Amino acid sequence: MSDLEDNQIIITVTGKDKVGIVAAVSNCLKKYEVNIEDIKQTIMQDNFVMIMLGNIKNMKVTFREFKEAILELSKELSMEIWVQKKEIFDKMHTI
Amino acid sequence: MSNFNQKQILETIRMIKIHHLDIRTTTLSLSLRDCCCSDVKKTADKIYNKIIKYAKNLVKFANEIENEYSIPIVNKRIALTPISLIGESCDNIDYVYLAQAIDKAGCEVGVDFIGGFSALVDKGFTKGDLLFFEQLPEALASTQKLCSSVNLGTSKAGVNMDAVIKTASVIKKTAVLTKDKDSLGAAKFVCFCNAVTDNPFMAGAFCGINEAECALNIGVSGPGVVSSAIAELDKTADFGEVSNLIKKMAFKITTTGELIGRKLAKKLNIPFGVIDLSLAPTPLRGDSVAEIFKAMGLEQPGAHGTTMALAMLNDAVKKGGIMASSYVGGLSGAFIPVSEDSGMIEAVEKNALTIDKLEAMTSVCSVGLDMIAIPGDTPDSTIAGIIADEMAIGMINKKTTAVRIIPVIGKTVGQYAEFGGLLGSAPIMKVNSYSSLDFVSRGGRVPAPLHSLNN
Repeated sequence: MSDLEDNQIIITVTGKDKVGIVAAVSNCLKKYEVNIEDIKQTIMQDNFVMIMLGNIKNMKVTFREFKEAILELSKELSMEIWVQKKEIFDKMHTI
Repeated sequence: MSNFNQKQILETIRMIKIHHLDIRTTTLSLSLRDCCCSDVKKTADKIYNKIIKYAKNLVKFANEIENEYSIPIVNKRIALTPISLIGESCDNIDYVYLAQAIDKAGCEVGVDFIGGFSALVDKGFTKGDLLFFEQLPEALASTQKLCSSVNLGTSKAGVNMDAVIKTASVIKKTAVLTKDKDSLGAAKFVCFCNAVTDNPFMAGAFCGINEAECALNIGVSGPGVVSSAIAELDKTADFGEVSNLIKKMAFKITTTGELIGRKLAKKLNIPFGVIDLSLAPTPLRGDSVAEIFKAMGLEQPGAHGTTMALAMLNDAVKKGGIMASSYVGGLSGAFIPVSEDSGMIEAVEKNALTIDKLEAMTSVCSVGLDMIAIPGDTPDSTIAGIIADEMAIGMINKKTTAVRIIPVIGKTVGQYAEFGGLLGSAPIMKVNSYSSLDFVSRGGRVPAPLHSLNN
């Protein structure tokens, strides 16, 4: 397993569209020094869906602390946010 | 590489969030063979210290991995070498004392269950085994997390019917001793034919004598993922298509288990053992094997056709899962417990599912009669008859079969037993009221079966 695989995370944000979601999530990532490598965003059945690929190589806190901060943010925004290491998706969907 | 597939990410999250995909158990298999000595107190100390040494980080690290990958790891468990093999070296053997030491260690490291309070008596008893059977009910009744199992038969050796009778009596005595908790003690005990040595599932997990010093075995789950996929399939899709779909879902479930297992094993610095390719339900609605039968087109589990549905499901789960993992083992297949599956409970309530149909289903499922509550006044000989039938299916068909049955003292058909947690609640099922006494009382051993001239 390479370091890259271990450092890449996927942040999935879903919920009702409103002003400032991207800014708020990006700000939080900046605060914890999580680099954003890619962003995809769509509206599905009136739902805002944003998926971000982040890299936690330079993150200074533990994964748990970072995740707690993101979950706190999800409450503030009333959006559902999932943070997971990217490897789970790679493994599940490729032979 | 910054590519990611939005559809796949959302599918994975949906599987976890809506369809209850989870890692059912991470089970640390731990050998106790170096804990034998002539004094029971010293033996208990050695066992306790070894469990603490190897398992102290199991729960903490599993929680960390669960957090990093956002997938629930429902249970953390330990499986030990069958205790009868360790305890019988003591001059002053006291199995209840050993049980309490093991249970204390399990509580200390914070696991959900600790198994391996077991004996392998498929061909006969040693002096230590006989004492083990005598003291087992009290050991089960005086502990919280301890799980026990016995192997009563194999396809190679036949079935030890003396042990079947003793086991029925152990079940009944344990039920009586724990009657204030709806006979919960009996739910922590299972008897096998052809027990496997690397099973991560309770109550039957133990570390076989052929196993390494320690290893991490994984049991995956996700019946909800399979049932929802089949439900979305066209109603006219033929069995080939249904089977293919199950294979694909089983692959996805298993790769996730493999990933989590390997990560956790690495963190614990112990070898990765096997993945048990399993569909194990929980009492949560939607996390049900019974729902898969309904999605396939049966009105209720137990309807004619259920055995075929289960046979196909079990086979497709194995076929899909085997590609996804480098080492497959354990009990691999679909579990059909009653109390742990809301759909099965409903089928029993509607009289769609009987103990006889369940017995037929065990000839093609992953294990056997599981978490079935029966009236508390069921005679020992009838319980022995139920066990004997199940052992026969395993012995002749060269498969693992088991019985985990709970005679609920003070309750009868129409009432419920409440076990709580993953064990759920069970409607008490009717058993055949005709006597098996003279049959089972013959005792002795059923000779090993012929493995040719199959019909």
